[in-house]
Amino acid sequence: MAADHSHSNVSHDSQGDAAAHEHTHPDWGTYKWVALILAAITALEVWIYYIPSFTATKLFVPVLLALSAIKFSIVVMFYMHLKYDAKLFRALFVAPLVLASFIIVGLLFLFGHLKVSF
Amino acid sequence: MATAAIDTHDTHAGHPPTSTGLNNTKVAIWAFIGSECFFFASLISTYLIYRGRSLVGPFPHEAWTDPATGHVYKAILNIPVTSVSTFVLLMSSLAMVLAHSAVVRGDRKSSKIWLASTALLGATFLAFQAYEFTSFVHEGLTIHTNLFGSSFFILTGFHGAHVTAGVIWLLTLLFIDMKRGLTPDEAINVDVCALYWHFVDVVWIAIFTLVYLIK
Repeated sequence: MAADHSHSNVSHDSQGDAAAHEHTHPDWGTYKWVALILAAITALEVWIYYIPSFTATKLFVPVLLALSAIKFSIVVMFYMHLKYDAKLFRALFVAPLVLASFIIVGLLFLFGHLKVSF
Repeated sequence: MATAAIDTHDTHAGHPPTSTGLNNTKVAIWAFIGSECFFFASLISTYLIYRGRSLVGPFPHEAWTDPATGHVYKAILNIPVTSVSTFVLLMSSLAMVLAHSAVVRGDRKSSKIWLASTALLGATFLAFQAYEFTSFVHEGLTIHTNLFGSSFFILTGFHGAHVTAGVIWLLTLLFIDMKRGLTPDEAINVDVCALYWHFVDVVWIAIFTLVYLIK
């Protein structure tokens, strides 16, 4: 992906150190493609919703969850710049997100919405 | 010169160097967003736990006949309308990144246009939500009707409140930009607003699938 370096004001004598800190952002072309992909996935989700033969299958929910996860990841990586930003920001977001997801799954197990057969 | 190596994108003018080399405001907004993950996880899990456990209708995806009155309530969710509002919110995220990019470049004309566009798209999303809530009430679903109504209005209502806060934040930035202009040194102020706005967007991505599409 192309990147816009226009706001990296690091002095030339410290380029070695700067490489570790430099956080570039995508350019207009990347943002445009991300928006198109997000719109296309949303259209696909809605299209799937209106296919009765598909909604009746066991694939329906996993496919929708996967498409939603892809959209979520794309926004976080490119629009929220987590792909380009510091690792601390990634940790501050991903750690609570993973923990919160486990809590949702745990509660669904507790209340009998998810079952595991042994 | 170790201090010179700190990227000014994260430290910005007027902000002292930090031990992490990162802007404290940005660390704070990410920590806040992390805490918001738990907030929305609690609301989403409540919705999912109560899903399908309503004793009376209207229901989200199927029609229901009231045995007492014989009145038939159609499936309450309007997927085409919500799909359009979802698209509007996704496009607001595009406008938001373009607003941030314009402020970073010092392009004052574009920054005003894109900040205004983002706020307008956010307000449009809220108008769709107001229309949806009003039509639900007219069709017989309120926050008191059943478990679906309670958990649905709480979840989407709190999301709408976040969008409202975001629109107010955007309008404040737009006002400052129109009054005296946002300089590239102040891009961090737009950046933290953008992070909040995109987070509201990703929460809606989850809600749209879990509440509206999964039957």
